[in-house]
Amino acid sequence: MVNEPTAVAEKRSDFRFPDAPEEEKYSVCVHCGFCLEVCPTYQAWGDENHSPRGRVYLIKACAEGELPLDDSVIDPVFTCLDCRACETVCPSGVQVGALVEEARGQVFYARDAEGKRDPIMRFFLRGVFPRPARLRAIRRLMRFYQRSGLRRLARATGMLNVLPAQMREMEDVIPDIGRGPAIDVLPETMAPKGEKKATAALFTGCVMDVFFSDVNEATARVLVRNGVEVRVPKGQLCCGALQVHAGDRDMARVMAKRNIEVFEQSGADYIAINAAGCGAALKEYPELFRDDPAWRDRAVQFSSRVRDISQLLVEVGFDPPKAELPMTVTYHDACHLCHAQKIRYEPRSLLKSVPGLTLREMPDSDRCCGSAGIYNLTHPAMANELLERKMDDVPAGVEAIVMGNPGCMMQIRLGVKRRNQPLRVMHTVEVLDLAYQREGSR
Amino acid sequence: MRDVHIDRLVDIVGERRCLWRPHQVKAYACDGYTAEEGLPRAVVFPETTDEVSRICRYLYENDIPYLPRGAGTGLSGGATPTGGEVVISLARMNKLLAVDFDNLRAVVQPGLVNLTLTRRVAHADCYYAPDPSSQSVCTIGGNFAENAGGSHCLKYGVTTNHVVAAKVVLPDGDVIDVGAPFGDAPGYDLLGLLVGSEGTLGIATEITVRILKKPQALRTALAYFDRVADASDTVTDIIGAGIIPAAIEMMDQLAMQAVDKSNYHVGYPTDIEAVLLIEVDGLAAGVDEVMARVVDICRRHRVREVRVAQSDAERALWWSSRKMAFGAMGRISPDYIVQDGVIPRTRLTEVLQKIDEVSRRYGLRIANVFHAGDGNLHPLILYDSRVPGEAERAVRAGSEVLRACVDAGGSITGEHGVGIEKIGEMTYMFSEDEIDAQRAVKSCFDPKGIVNAGKLIPLPGRCVEVKRAREIIEENWQILNSFPDQASVQVRGAFAQEPGREASTSAQG
Ligand SMILES: Cc1cc2nc3c(=O)[nH]c(=O)nc-3n(C[C@H](O)[C@H](O)[C@H](O)COP(=O)(O)OP(=O)(O)OC[C@H]3O[C@@H](n4cnc5c(N)ncnc54)[C@H](O)[C@@H]3O)c2cc1C
Ligand code: SF4
Ligand code: SF4
Repeated sequence: MVNEPTAVAEKRSDFRFPDAPEEEKYSVCVHCGFCLEVCPTYQAWGDENHSPRGRVYLIKACAEGELPLDDSVIDPVFTCLDCRACETVCPSGVQVGALVEEARGQVFYARDAEGKRDPIMRFFLRGVFPRPARLRAIRRLMRFYQRSGLRRLARATGMLNVLPAQMREMEDVIPDIGRGPAIDVLPETMAPKGEKKATAALFTGCVMDVFFSDVNEATARVLVRNGVEVRVPKGQLCCGALQVHAGDRDMARVMAKRNIEVFEQSGADYIAINAAGCGAALKEYPELFRDDPAWRDRAVQFSSRVRDISQLLVEVGFDPPKAELPMTVTYHDACHLCHAQKIRYEPRSLLKSVPGLTLREMPDSDRCCGSAGIYNLTHPAMANELLERKMDDVPAGVEAIVMGNPGCMMQIRLGVKRRNQPLRVMHTVEVLDLAYQREGSR
Repeated sequence: MRDVHIDRLVDIVGERRCLWRPHQVKAYACDGYTAEEGLPRAVVFPETTDEVSRICRYLYENDIPYLPRGAGTGLSGGATPTGGEVVISLARMNKLLAVDFDNLRAVVQPGLVNLTLTRRVAHADCYYAPDPSSQSVCTIGGNFAENAGGSHCLKYGVTTNHVVAAKVVLPDGDVIDVGAPFGDAPGYDLLGLLVGSEGTLGIATEITVRILKKPQALRTALAYFDRVADASDTVTDIIGAGIIPAAIEMMDQLAMQAVDKSNYHVGYPTDIEAVLLIEVDGLAAGVDEVMARVVDICRRHRVREVRVAQSDAERALWWSSRKMAFGAMGRISPDYIVQDGVIPRTRLTEVLQKIDEVSRRYGLRIANVFHAGDGNLHPLILYDSRVPGEAERAVRAGSEVLRACVDAGGSITGEHGVGIEKIGEMTYMFSEDEIDAQRAVKSCFDPKGIVNAGKLIPLPGRCVEVKRAREIIEENWQILNSFPDQASVQVRGAFAQEPGREASTSAQG
């Protein structure tokens, strides 16, 4: 027995599907632990399994066949908020987010192969988000629901009690849905005001356009106001971030390909996006095509043109509003802006340019609010804990909490509602838009 | 699967604070020292001294080995199981219990993160002085056990100079108070003994530390040197001139390259041999003058460029760049071992040459980052565990480097502890009688030898036995590795050069 090949050599990785977590990514981790204390899930439980270092270690162990792809890996990987706070501190540059997403992909495919797919999840990932017509239908239904008195009725009759508590609460903070999605309402091209500085194709998004089409419209107005020609490619799809986060990488690729084609055709210099999560996903398209050279090149090209709206305005140069907007606000750094896209300064510089506006910083403004895609639905306990901490940090005397991501906006609206505080929840670009509108009415 | 012992632990801490399934405890197989791993039997997360005491009592009575763990940033394997121990994680005991600003004392639970203490007292212009580079994650309990040092220890001293009292759970579960918040406790200096005992004599569950008032002013300089010798002469001369800087840190070119590739990019010249980070602090009236003298000394030693930080942001970047240097090694190498040797400051150039020679001989790159003011070297031996034999070579190279430090009149550890990593070098540094004396202390506290056994003090010390045991284990470690059960020892072939561990493996075997 002594001279037989060791069991080590026989061990087989449980990552059996394409797109497995890559060795170059996990081998970079030197196990120093610098990432522990910034990780919200480690802060909450103090459990190495739910720390970035632990997650990377378990993924590595699974890749090397030392652990099966069972709950010991699956729980930690799905409890991750994908907030990327760990990537900001990691001195070695470990791409924890990408590793976690790749590991989730393995779980998704493994479940699929075993016929153990979650039908609701699958319905949303494959049946709804990739299909604009269905998204529109949902939007119409919601609007109808909100306006027709059905909402009041539903609340009064307790019909909503069949929903899990978290969803019920969410229903309550859904913003009033406007007349139509920006992708339909906005014209295909909008001429810039004054001299043309650039052209930008607007990425309208899915959730953003269902719930926050106002923000999309505000974005278009602000761009036009600053000399940017705006195009709205009608054939675009949702970015695919939800699919990537859930592990459905195949569907994500289908959607990414369509978007790449549509935006290539738009011929715009930039692709402007106002949702931090989607922005990060668009910038990470090359990751999806790492084994597909032809598409990877196109994805790299595409990604290099993607700009968060705050980034784009600072890059092309924006006019500071001339009218006063006397308001005290605080700014929440959405994880996918500050950690994933490294954008911290630009939104603040937009806010600070508004005359009369005071920006009061909140402590740990870059700690995740718990929204994290659909995390607040899948892991309500952790999400609530983070939301409470976030609300505790809001400085006294502010009138609005400003941020650059729709997911965070919903989550923080929930926090505001629970505490019954007179606080507005706004997108950065809405603040700017408001200031510009005041100019006109002077 | 789940045995009666786990049931009893669950009785004490509850289901949710006890991990025991073999796959759930895998993440606890090692700490910051990754060359060796072992699976624990379980991991428990107590929240009070009483819980710790009950856990320890139960384990002790039932002869189940255990060990404490803080943040697991230790670099010598102190919190690494050798196989089958219960890990007592103190991460959830992270409260700041009390602060007495007038008398400058704070009482903390062991899991409180070092930097968190400083943050929590900063509003009163206070701070906690010992600042290991890992300060943003390591715990005060871990610092206590390792007698951790840091960049500012040159002037302010290491952990033992800042801990004044502690509540400690002894191996059998008894709880004692050692030290005194004020003044000196009469009798044997048990506190002194416990600080730095690497979790082998008991678990600190409440620690009383000194906090200090922040110095009125600071000045920080970055100095680039073409040659290491000039940099080390500068260090010697600064101290020789009667200046005690708050810190003097050095990095060599390879270390600079690694951090410059990270988020903490400074932009060091690529053709210099050494960079010094020098900080002076004190009364506002004097610091500029002291810094001017430091700059002058640098110039006398052919400094290429010396800059004084112009803003807090600049100073913070320089410091992060230094403190993240170990972690940044992943940018240039998949694995590394950090050594932690101390030498007399005046022999720096000579020892660095020796290290360079070891590096060539073993064909492994060695980066150097160190607390130059204290003569505390941190050679980072870079290797790739996927290349067969390289881990073993790295361990041997590390051992040679440490021996060179001892030969130069220094020691095998300045601040990181002995753990499992350096247990072999203990016999190089100490005589049999000296080790026997330490062993006697251990057996007073832990006659059964089950608390963090196989760390710090080599057991059984008889050289012949150790050698024989090592041979046997080396022949058989692959078989051990192939055992699927949780008590097996997982080793990445690093047994060579490490007498002492056998005792613990066989004890649990
Ligand atoms: C990148 C990096 C840089 C570092 N820089 C420095 C440095 O500059 N200076 C320095 O001194 N160290 C440094 N270290 C080493 C390490 O951070 C310190 O040794 C630290 O004190 C360990 O704390 P921890 O909480 O992580 O303890 P752990 O690693 O969890 O445990 C360390 C030892 O303490 C024991 N222990 C833990 N808690 C207790 C307790 N409450 N009671 C009794 N025993 C206990 C454990 O059993 C173990 O033996 C560095 C480490 C890293 C990864
Ligand atoms: S992920 Fe980065 S910060 Fe965390 S342990 Fe690994 S190398 Fe260190
Ligand atoms: S992405 Fe966020 S939750 Fe996930 S490991 Fe990193 S810090 Fe933790």
